[in-house]
Amino acid sequence: MGGNGRSVDLEILIENVLNAVTAGITIGSIYGLMCIGLGLIFGIMRIVNFAQGELLMLGMFASLYLVTGGHILSFLGPYWGPFIGAICAAPLLFAGGALLHKFLISRVSGLRTAGSLDEGHFGQLIVTLGISLILQNGGQIVFGSTPVAVRTPLSAEAFLIGPIYGAATVFLNKAKLVAFFVAILVATVLYLTLEYTRLGKALRAAADNPTAATYMGIDVDRAYRIAFGLGSGITAIAGGLMATYISFGPFVGFDYVIIMYSGVVLGGMGSILGAFWGGLTVGFVQQFSALILPPQLQNAAIFVVFLMIVLLRPQGLFGRSAERA
Amino acid sequence: MRLGAGRQLRRNLTILAVLAVGYSLAALVVTNSYYQLILTLVPVWALFGVSWNILSGYGGQLSFGHAAFFGIGAYTVTLAMIYWSLSPWLGIPLGMVIGGLAALAIGTPTFRLRGHYFALSMLAYPLAILYVLQYLGFQEVSMPMHRDHPVAFMEFSQPRIYTLIAVGLLVGGVVISLVIESSRFGLALLAIRQNELAAEAAGINARLWKMRSLVVSGMMAAVAGGFYARVLLVVTPDSVFGMLVSAQAVVVTLFGGVASVWGPVIGAAILVPLAETLQAELGTYLPGIQGVIYGIAIIAIMLLSPDGLYWTIRDRRFAAKTPTPIPDVVATPPPPHRTSVRADTPLLFVENVSRTFGGLKAVSEVSFAVAEGEILGIIGPNGAGKTTLFNVLNGVLSADAGSARLAGEPMLGRKTFEVCRMGVGRTFQVVRSFPRLPVLDNVIVGAYGAGLSDHEATSSAVWALRQAGLADQSGVAAGQLTNKQLRLMELARALAGQPRLLLLDETLAGLGREECDDVLTVLARLRGEGMTICIIEHTMHAMMRLADRFVVLDHGRVLATGLPRAIVEDASVIEAYLGKKWLARQNA
Repeated sequence: MGGNGRSVDLEILIENVLNAVTAGITIGSIYGLMCIGLGLIFGIMRIVNFAQGELLMLGMFASLYLVTGGHILSFLGPYWGPFIGAICAAPLLFAGGALLHKFLISRVSGLRTAGSLDEGHFGQLIVTLGISLILQNGGQIVFGSTPVAVRTPLSAEAFLIGPIYGAATVFLNKAKLVAFFVAILVATVLYLTLEYTRLGKALRAAADNPTAATYMGIDVDRAYRIAFGLGSGITAIAGGLMATYISFGPFVGFDYVIIMYSGVVLGGMGSILGAFWGGLTVGFVQQFSALILPPQLQNAAIFVVFLMIVLLRPQGLFGRSAERA
Repeated sequence: MRLGAGRQLRRNLTILAVLAVGYSLAALVVTNSYYQLILTLVPVWALFGVSWNILSGYGGQLSFGHAAFFGIGAYTVTLAMIYWSLSPWLGIPLGMVIGGLAALAIGTPTFRLRGHYFALSMLAYPLAILYVLQYLGFQEVSMPMHRDHPVAFMEFSQPRIYTLIAVGLLVGGVVISLVIESSRFGLALLAIRQNELAAEAAGINARLWKMRSLVVSGMMAAVAGGFYARVLLVVTPDSVFGMLVSAQAVVVTLFGGVASVWGPVIGAAILVPLAETLQAELGTYLPGIQGVIYGIAIIAIMLLSPDGLYWTIRDRRFAAKTPTPIPDVVATPPPPHRTSVRADTPLLFVENVSRTFGGLKAVSEVSFAVAEGEILGIIGPNGAGKTTLFNVLNGVLSADAGSARLAGEPMLGRKTFEVCRMGVGRTFQVVRSFPRLPVLDNVIVGAYGAGLSDHEATSSAVWALRQAGLADQSGVAAGQLTNKQLRLMELARALAGQPRLLLLDETLAGLGREECDDVLTVLARLRGEGMTICIIEHTMHAMMRLADRFVVLDHGRVLATGLPRAIVEDASVIEAYLGKKWLARQNA
């Protein structure tokens, strides 16, 4: 009997681990996409954006209103609508992000602060903190504080794989699975664009050395604006995708801003692929921490992971190497 | 206390006393209990802002997680009252102690980070605590009432008494802040904020001062939080550890004026009543209006007057004020504390020092010696490893191998400020000044770094300024100096620490011929007084006049060592560095 009990325990353990792995891959990839958004802004352009979580939140609400609120996309039905809605949130947030940059962020970043004492990070932190406060609290005024979700029947359906070992079965939530594929697709397209097009090269040049890029005839302000817009749009897509399987309110961004910074820092600053892997890793850590920790502590676990990443991986942190004396 | 700061301190204390009495009298008149609450909250948030200002304003270590300390204070007072029936009169001091300990625990790992990484990590602490408290079931904790001994438990039916206590706490915080401002503590923090590496090279133990400021700041924030809990009677993790709480400290301080003790007070006096009134009037229709107002306030202030109201008003109204004169000290040149090395042993002895960056050998088995009173010129092409050598010698970089001794004492493996305290002054290729401090304060930083007392430091700084010929500029902000003056000021800062050895990195870079001559005159005077100097320089005509001996570096190695004449005729040096033209011109 004892042997039987052990094998049931083992089955449960295997099932939990396998499900944590699949959830880690699907959720982690969406985190990866989210991190790419911040990776563009913080990793490459070196703009500290505190309001990135609020851009994610706006992506969620944009998708929600496109799909259900305005009935613009409701003809697509509950299966395709939410995912198309997530993608359609991108151009809206691209425009929003570009405007934000044009009127506020550009005044505390880029050429204006290149070479200044702290590269303008102080100003960026403060201005984006202000934007974050306005969007969170303004969101509460506009959207209300009752949690909402973009409903799709897919979030209640799952593919079953197995039983693999004994009764151990892997559940693949369909909403998360589709979101996963969309995330991978968007990430790939973005990566190829940045790597191989003229725009991508201009962005990278502007980020690497804004002053030199100006001399090379690159409109640095425009490059930064586009990058900020892209970063906002990409994060918004991730938000729209997440909106299909979580419920959210105006303050949701806060939990994710830490995840995003963890991912970008972990992946190594300045690399798009790195940001994706970083986000994926954080997703894994989160899912596996759920095996051990009570649900209330999962968010605390992410903060601890973030602190450990920042404290233990200084080489990832000081991407521009030591200060030149 | 710093010399000459007494008058300023007395004036500020007078203003503080007038304000505190005036505010308390106003509080006695107000009868409406809601307005009374606002009157109580203004000093509480001002105190919280003052605490944030010590770390983030003076010290420049931006913290977005000050709610950690505020919340610790609030929960300590509340839980101690529930579980141990501890009166807030004791609970607030207890919270203060725990806040200080938390600051130590948080600062120890987090001060390894700089700039925005520090700011982001600080954010994580209160939020992690918030989730843990929710998990532990402390979602909403109310303070029990003690009707039998109300006063013993800080329970007053008269809400104005809370206001008086709040004012008292704020006065305490402001006094502490003023004392810091007018002592070497404040100057060290300002120097660290403006240029941490320069502060370290001037002998300031940056980490220690940052930690001290965090502990003071954490304790003060805990007091504010503990008293806040007592006033509101109910604490929730969100109301004391939440993002909006951390933002309060940032917002009131930035709005009012960063790095000035009056900043948070002004900010709180304007924003807290504004936000509270809006919340009360519009909160039901527009929940979160307070956050929106704060957001708009800090964006506007950042774009319009980045240093806050206090500084903008001060600059507008008192701009024409004459710069602070040199305090009246008898500026006798401090007894140079050099020597006690036997004449035959070198002061600096460098042996086989190496440093690589990845595959690049920046400095490779470099050995040389510098005798007491000698001026050694270090020359070589760009990328030869000259600056890296200095960085290794004064502890900015670690050495991979080798040893260096100053008067027999090992130098390598020490931190930058420790090397400075051994008696090594350093200037930088790109001048590292504290641009917003007056020239005198820039130089005093060097004297404090060397561990001098207030009086000694000031007279040493005045002496150093005279040596450098900058005495007339002592009251000017360093940011307004010309390149030559900046170079001289950096030299004076190094001299103020009364060094035995000066490491000068391209002191003449970017100077015109005449300016060069001015600096050379100063250096020649130092030589006349027996100062030992290692100088990196490309201007050969200057070096020929100045240096007693040359060390030539190329690709990280010592190519040649010797007397100037011999070096400039050395074929390998001409090949690697000087070029044939130079030789031709010399012969012509």
